[in-house]
Amino acid sequence: MSVYLGIPTAPPGVGHLRGDRPFPEAARSALADPQLRANLRRATGTIRAKRAAVVAEVPDWDALREAGAAVKAATLAGLDRYLVQLEERVTAHGGQVHWARDAAEANGIVADLVRATGADEVVKVKSMATQEIGLNEALAAAGITAHETDLAELIVQLGHDAPSHILVPAIHRNRAEIREIFRREMPGVDPGLTDDPRALAEAARRHLRQRFLSARVAVSGANFAVAETGTLVVVESEGNGRMCLTLPETLITVMGIEKVVPTWADLEVFLQLLPRSSTGERMNPYTSMWTGVHRTTGSSGERSSNDGPRAVHLVLVDNGRTAVLADQVGRDALRCIRCSACLNVCPVYERTGGHAYGSVYPGPIGAVLSPQLTGVADPVAASLPYASSLCGACYDACPVKIDIPRLLVHLRGRVVEEKRAAHRVPTPEDALMTAAAWTMGRPERWARALRAARLGRLLGRRRGRISTLPPPGSGWTASRDLPLPPPETFRDWWTRTHGTTQ
Amino acid sequence: MRIALFVTCIVDAMVPAAGQATVAVLERLGHQVVFPPGQTCCGQMHVNTGYATDAIGLVRRHVDTFEPYEVVVAPSGSCVGSVRHQHAEVARRAGDDALAVRAEAVAARTYELSELLVDVLEVTDVGASYPHRVTYHPTCHSLRLLRVGDRPLRLLRAVRGLDLVELPAAEQCCGFGGTFAIKNADTSTAMLADKMRAVLDTGAEVCTAGDSSCLLHIGGGLSRLRTGVRAVHLAEILASREGIA
Repeated sequence: MSVYLGIPTAPPGVGHLRGDRPFPEAARSALADPQLRANLRRATGTIRAKRAAVVAEVPDWDALREAGAAVKAATLAGLDRYLVQLEERVTAHGGQVHWARDAAEANGIVADLVRATGADEVVKVKSMATQEIGLNEALAAAGITAHETDLAELIVQLGHDAPSHILVPAIHRNRAEIREIFRREMPGVDPGLTDDPRALAEAARRHLRQRFLSARVAVSGANFAVAETGTLVVVESEGNGRMCLTLPETLITVMGIEKVVPTWADLEVFLQLLPRSSTGERMNPYTSMWTGVHRTTGSSGERSSNDGPRAVHLVLVDNGRTAVLADQVGRDALRCIRCSACLNVCPVYERTGGHAYGSVYPGPIGAVLSPQLTGVADPVAASLPYASSLCGACYDACPVKIDIPRLLVHLRGRVVEEKRAAHRVPTPEDALMTAAAWTMGRPERWARALRAARLGRLLGRRRGRISTLPPPGSGWTASRDLPLPPPETFRDWWTRTHGTTQ
Repeated sequence: MRIALFVTCIVDAMVPAAGQATVAVLERLGHQVVFPPGQTCCGQMHVNTGYATDAIGLVRRHVDTFEPYEVVVAPSGSCVGSVRHQHAEVARRAGDDALAVRAEAVAARTYELSELLVDVLEVTDVGASYPHRVTYHPTCHSLRLLRVGDRPLRLLRAVRGLDLVELPAAEQCCGFGGTFAIKNADTSTAMLADKMRAVLDTGAEVCTAGDSSCLLHIGGGLSRLRTGVRAVHLAEILASREGIA
């Protein structure tokens, strides 16, 4: 088992946090797909503009971000207490709380709970936590069918595909592709279905309606859990969540332990930050909140449960989060409220899409969260902190002010440390960096190295520029020329023209 | 004013013209420029690639070299960003709090060229003449780490003969990103392709910016495609005089 500072990270072999190819390799395939590039450019461009417009309307946006960051940081510092308080309050209201060390335990708990109801299918509200732990596959292995009810998640499920965005899992598909998936996979769909968005939504609605009415068990995630009252919160746009959260008899909520907030006053901050950052709306259409089992008081004063789910379960998942918390810099990634603003503004994500990251958490936040959850020993995870030009657009967009570029750099440091600990012989990159640090460590050495580099003028003497270099420089010259090293370095010019006086 | 030039390793080695231009502009404005010869590199490449522990010597050298000076200027948003946002942290992580405090003091006196001109020397018209169609790419670190805002544009607008055209999607990264350009060469190239398209759409003869690193990347792509569009550092434009441009 992989550990960080003695704390277990998310185990391999279960869930969707690890890709099978390092980022540069996975990105290469995505970059070669012109349809994908066009879909992503259009979709991220649209949502970027929407977000920018609604954020600009809020005069105290930066103060709100500060508040969001502060609340999350304080909560993480006292996470142990808030989780116990949450458990007490949920239990007091007739709910049952389950603690899952990792993905495998969480999947086992949910499968057992569903089995105990006798149901062999569940409806699902879109949830990152259940995608992270691979719940649908685990339920299938237990003979239970999970039906996704969020439109984009349904498109992904019917297409036997993987989500590529936190908020818009099917962002990599355009409507013509969606029509094809529906025609191929949706039982009883009108064969004349067009790619008109309204027609597609109507087809999904008809397909889902039956599932909502017949399902006895629903599985959800939670955007927030309020510790002081034990209230769970789901924020959504389509109303499918409201159906799942109210119609079935049993409701099972799977939630990462970092989603807790201490009070309703804290929640207020995030309900302002989240919709503007994620969908670019002033307010999301549906906000569902529930506190344990729904109870009504009858005319004779007796308490009965005749509305909403009769059984409410909360599965609290760690799956590497405590290991993230142990890293004093890296823990800031746990502030994330999954708005996906950083994905939409990221120039890397816009070109590669989400699948290249190999995790349910793609984009800038994924590049700092996934490798911390899994540990950076794995070469695929180790490639993620480098999947950024450090342009900083993500930090500016983040509603809880996660300094993602700083975290990326910090994790690159952990990757290098890990490699140094694992290999006695330095990697070629390590050797180059050590040599560079040595050379730059003294100005005389540096000046000598620069004079030696002038030999590089021979490389391009015929064309006046360098167009081919051996590796690793070949990565540069594959698409870019390099000017010839100048005949005189700056410092030589200075000495010649200004002397050595300071 | 006596101004110490932190020329940066890339300019020293690859683009001395940007350093020479920085000297020319400041001397023309009547200031004394000094070049402390102990300088080498700010260490950003090491820090950003994960070798922060190897950068501590470079940070110490930088602080030792520039500590005696009242004002330090660099023709780079990125290297000034590293001085301001990384040096103290590298020192603290290495357990050298005293160095961190000294690094913060040096950082507080270190300016990117457009900051020095507009904020410290309070000048936007540096007496330059550059009769060309120019578009300006705001580099990510000058934009988002230093928040130089429109300072470079104000300087460019005051240049005689210069036809400044707005770059579409200007604030998108060009795809350089230090070792990212090599480690993720394909993604870097895809970003560069979009930046070049935007530059070409303006019809500009010259793409300028405040960082030689990004300009080597953008210019390298423009050269590979034989576009005839040149990448020129802001300092070189500001140093140009009538008849010399």
